Amino acid sequence: MDRRHFIRNASAFGALAGLSALTPAWARTGLAHGPLRQPGLVPTVKRDGLVEYDITIDRTRLAFGGRTGTAVTMNGTVPGPLLRFTEGDEAVIRVHNRLDEMTSVHWHGLILPNDQDGVPHVNFPGIAARSTFEYRYPIRQFGTYWCHSHSAFQEQLGHYAALVIDPAGPEPYAFDREYVVVLSDWTFEDPHDVLAHLKKRANYYNYQRQTVAGLLLGEGMSLGQRLDWDRMRMDPTDIADITGATYTFLMNGQAPDPGWSGLFRPGERVRLRFVNASALTFYDVRLPGLPMTVVQVNGQHVQPVETDEFRIGIAETYDVVVEPGDRAYTVFAEPMDRSGYARGTLAPRAGMTAPVPERRERPSLTMMDMGMDHGEMGHEGMDMSGAAPGAAAGGMAGMDHGIDHAQTEGMDHSGMTMAAAGGEMAMPGQDRSGLRPPGTLPEVTMHGPDDHGIANAMAPMQTRSRLHEPGVGLGNDGRRVLVYTDLRSLHPEPRRAPDREVELHLTGNMERYMWGIDGKTYTEDPLIPLVYGERLRLTMVNDTMMNHPMHLHGMWMELENGQGDHIPRVHTVVVKPAERLSLLVEVDALGPWAFHCHVLYHMDLGMFRVAMVQRPDDWDAERLAEMYPQGLPPGFGRPDLARG
Amino acid sequence: MLRSLALALLALAASAPVTAQDDPPPFPEYPDFRPGAVAAADRDLYSLALLDIFEVAPAASGVPARLEGFYRIGTDYNRLFVRAEGEGLISEAEGEAEVQALYSRLVTEYFEAQAGVRLDTEFGEGGLRARPQLAVGLEGLAPYFFEVEPFLFLSYKGDLSARFEGSYDLLITQRLVLQPEAEVTVALQEVEDWGVGTGLNAVEAGLRLRYEVEREVAPYVGFSVLQRFGGAADFARAEGEPTSEGLFVVGVRLWR
Repeated sequence: MDRRHFIRNASAFGALAGLSALTPAWARTGLAHGPLRQPGLVPTVKRDGLVEYDITIDRTRLAFGGRTGTAVTMNGTVPGPLLRFTEGDEAVIRVHNRLDEMTSVHWHGLILPNDQDGVPHVNFPGIAARSTFEYRYPIRQFGTYWCHSHSAFQEQLGHYAALVIDPAGPEPYAFDREYVVVLSDWTFEDPHDVLAHLKKRANYYNYQRQTVAGLLLGEGMSLGQRLDWDRMRMDPTDIADITGATYTFLMNGQAPDPGWSGLFRPGERVRLRFVNASALTFYDVRLPGLPMTVVQVNGQHVQPVETDEFRIGIAETYDVVVEPGDRAYTVFAEPMDRSGYARGTLAPRAGMTAPVPERRERPSLTMMDMGMDHGEMGHEGMDMSGAAPGAAAGGMAGMDHGIDHAQTEGMDHSGMTMAAAGGEMAMPGQDRSGLRPPGTLPEVTMHGPDDHGIANAMAPMQTRSRLHEPGVGLGNDGRRVLVYTDLRSLHPEPRRAPDREVELHLTGNMERYMWGIDGKTYTEDPLIPLVYGERLRLTMVNDTMMNHPMHLHGMWMELENGQGDHIPRVHTVVVKPAERLSLLVEVDALGPWAFHCHVLYHMDLGMFRVAMVQRPDDWDAERLAEMYPQGLPPGFGRPDLARG
Repeated sequence: MLRSLALALLALAASAPVTAQDDPPPFPEYPDFRPGAVAAADRDLYSLALLDIFEVAPAASGVPARLEGFYRIGTDYNRLFVRAEGEGLISEAEGEAEVQALYSRLVTEYFEAQAGVRLDTEFGEGGLRARPQLAVGLEGLAPYFFEVEPFLFLSYKGDLSARFEGSYDLLITQRLVLQPEAEVTVALQEVEDWGVGTGLNAVEAGLRLRYEVEREVAPYVGFSVLQRFGGAADFARAEGEPTSEGLFVVGVRLWR
């Protein structure tokens, strides 16, 4: 059966089952006798490694749960068509914009030429209304990725699709069948209204705050804890800005009832390629009764880790292999704040379902999320050694160092000195560059005197690596939960020491729904200057109480999770509240690259920068003066950048 | 440094698994390269119109009615506030109203400093009269989530007065909210025409229980008490107004 034929069949099946016409063919109920790999969109042209697709962006009516709305779609579906390539292909993708507004497609996680990256006003002018743009780039990697609009709120409106690249060689893990599982969030409101609501009242969508009734019933926190939070004017139930109060949580474009389903033959090993294409929702994914083996994260192979549950940040991708028995399983994806769920079914026969688990109680932030927990710091360190037994000695040494500081109360001094260096922290004498060894965890650090002004509600007292922690609301119920320190790249790679360290603080003022970096929005401070060829250590410090999935375009980030030569490569990393983490970046791609929080609304409000990669000689003084009429930001004055 | 860069590039060429293009343009040359243009939402104007109090006291004689609200528009740091409050007797078609127009600037994480003009009016059988004042104050969120609003007023004749308003939202359930609120007014000089005495003038307190059908629509019932003191009480007595009263109120809180 050829692909086209299969799709026709699948469509007929979908219509019979009464499924939404907006569900893409690949995401409709799979057939046990169907193809083992999910067929993508049929290429317009496919020969000699040249793969051409035509994609049409349009507004399409959609319906679920008895309500109708208008989505911005790729080829008429939400999510869009599955784009499938093989490593080594040359991709040509013609995007036909039928909207009356500008659009764009960004190829999330792909390493490609700067002018193909697809961010309007950064990489290209955007795809004008009623026009066509042709993307062309070589496919030089493999794995699970996705693509989405980088224009206005189109991503929230359904403009996203999964992208799978098969490796040129054999897969390192055996599996018999695969499914792509795209998680997303949908609102029938206009996203502009959603943002306006949050601007008027930041807790507009939170219907899970602690109440007097809850307090009396002993739910959640005690009165003492509540008063501690209230004194700081912080709400520990502020887990997600936008919740099930307006969101329908989607799995492969389908609402939980009846939900997406995939079929398998008993005995098969099934690979599930999870993509979180949400605008704002972090999902906790599990298949009750079925352990998962995580084999790929952010499109990169990792050493297999068995787990019961994992949290997938916005824009991340996780591939797992499961070996289901002869029964149905629920694919359960709970948003971090538990205000609903996305759901699907994996079953040996059509029509089978498994029980839907009860939603857990919404979690509460802790003082740890405020960076306020001194006393338990030593204890934290101990947890860490337990959680990551395989961590490299370097990583442990880093932690021990931090703990020593805490115990000797020498921390204040060292912390202040580090931070006082003004965003650039240097640890003495550990390496030729003066920076700590590559692959190791950052030190526990007291926050510096710069609290980033009134755009930042409250700087944590201290920040530390939290890569070994499962995150808010996870890890307390006996299930195994994947943590970042579990991730080890499949093959060891010697890591070159960084030449330079840039420290960025993620900031926000929740009361006013302001978001930025170092207390500034994108318009206030657009560029992060980088030097072509340098090896950068990018340290991110989260000074807010929200999780931020940070994404760098165009270049890989190597997540320093203490795994030494096995540290994993990522395109997106979730930075937890009060967390300090670092990434190594080989600055090998010239041009302006977007770097931003992947919470759509945070990005839109200014948690966005352009990482501007230039050769030292290429800085154009005139252009820079145009961009910075009030004078250059501090980075441009750095001696290592001024050199040339 | 140059040498290390060269070495780095060599190492890169030798080992890099996936790298970007080999020879890209040094600087984007298309005309639309405008860093800062993507996230324009941080510069947008955002507004809020809140009618916090919109109520009547049906059982009381003359049917007292009252409204209090504001409209604000602006960016994160700079806003225009227009406040209005008024009270009167529906059956008598008399009452007083106050309008303020204020420039507001975010000065701390939780507080805005506001300055502008206030116009007091009184209407009824004797027609309409008004007096302008200058207003300066703060609005924001105090620790423990108390909304506070301390203000100073200076009349065109040089009379100084102050008002402190505070309120708190106590969530009984997710939609049932008990809102205690208090208002205290003091003055430095007596202004007989406007019923202002020296020192403590009045304390007003309210307790309103609202149900948020939607966030924006919340009908409520409540109780409102007023106690006037000193000269202000004397002036009220002279006008035949009560010096203290307690009213059951019914109303709706609206915003958009």
